[in-house]
Amino acid sequence: MSEFIHGLLHLRRGAWELVASLLIALGVVMLMQPYLLWLYTWSFIVTLVGTVMFIIVSHFPE
Amino acid sequence: MVGPLAFATLSRGTLMSDTPIERVAKATPPTVGRWIRGLSDRTIAWLFVAPTIFLLLAINIFPLIWTVNLSFTNFRANRPNKEIEYIGLQNYERILTDGDIWLTMQATAHFLFWTLFFQVLIGFTLAWLINRKFRGNDLWTTIIVLPMMLSPAVVGNFWTFLYQPQIGLFNYVVEFFTGTPASSFQMIGDVSLAPWSIVIVDTWMWTPFVMLICLAGLRSIPDYIYEAAAIDRASKWRQFWTITLPMVLPFLMLAVLFRGIENFKMFDLVVQLTGGGPGSVTELTSINLKREAFEKWRTGYASAYAIILFVTVFGLASIYVKALNKVKER
Repeated sequence: MSEFIHGLLHLRRGAWELVASLLIALGVVMLMQPYLLWLYTWSFIVTLVGTVMFIIVSHFPE
Repeated sequence: MVGPLAFATLSRGTLMSDTPIERVAKATPPTVGRWIRGLSDRTIAWLFVAPTIFLLLAINIFPLIWTVNLSFTNFRANRPNKEIEYIGLQNYERILTDGDIWLTMQATAHFLFWTLFFQVLIGFTLAWLINRKFRGNDLWTTIIVLPMMLSPAVVGNFWTFLYQPQIGLFNYVVEFFTGTPASSFQMIGDVSLAPWSIVIVDTWMWTPFVMLICLAGLRSIPDYIYEAAAIDRASKWRQFWTITLPMVLPFLMLAVLFRGIENFKMFDLVVQLTGGGPGSVTELTSINLKREAFEKWRTGYASAYAIILFVTVFGLASIYVKALNKVKER
């Protein structure tokens, strides 16, 4: 866990890619869940943020 | 292609024993030869790559940018002379608050979840069985992978016949095992069964793909690990949970992501099988998108819809590439 936080603070690719991947996965789940319409409404922005973040952080150092 | 000049040169001074490269070199006009020799390696590389880049820009990138542009308008392709109005994010707002589109997303989610579940379960089990050495191993592998070699349109077509309540084989198989009369249910026509009918067909078709990936994972596990575990008196069950499953997991993840992305875009098989019906219970997002774009002709709206799906698939593909790199590192 501390390694992960260290990675986030020092802008390391692995940690930030994990955050971006989680955001994408969360966005996809929000898009397809059958329970709350507002989650569906906000799903696209979450996926978009995750995807753009993934593209940016994949250029961070290892 | 060797031009008239080349033929003239060939007839003048080349021997028939020359290699094709030598013949073309001799046939190249001296001015062209000098020009090519003057180019740097980098320029030559760009010359070779340029047609591909141009095609990529023309076929992929330009339509993508144009779709993004259209997604902010009220453009309708069946009314090309009407003035295009920029309406900002209204299309996105309408899609993301539309209950009907939310339902198609749920239909897609149902299809995605269950196809992935069954494909992973059956695919992994088949791979585990095929990985054991037995007589006819190769023959069985070939038979199992046959469905994925067929065209989705063909599969959709013949499964509609298999699902026929009067003459279809599927209903009779169900009757044989469960006792339910074959003509008492319709897989494609029933609202509660239709979503399962597309799950069954997709599972039948794509389980072999998951099996092949799992098989690659199983065969990459070195025997000495199992031998060491056996020396330590680890049971088969423990070997499975602590060696087999963790080492196959990256491959399984890869298969799940790959099939997830493909099934998210599923169109042909389901259109052929149910056409999105009955009602709209099997109307997946791709089918709904096609209806918005080419039946209702709401091009701007459909463009925004396509962008939403594209961003989702692109995001999943990013995770897929990351998983692929992890597998490569192994």
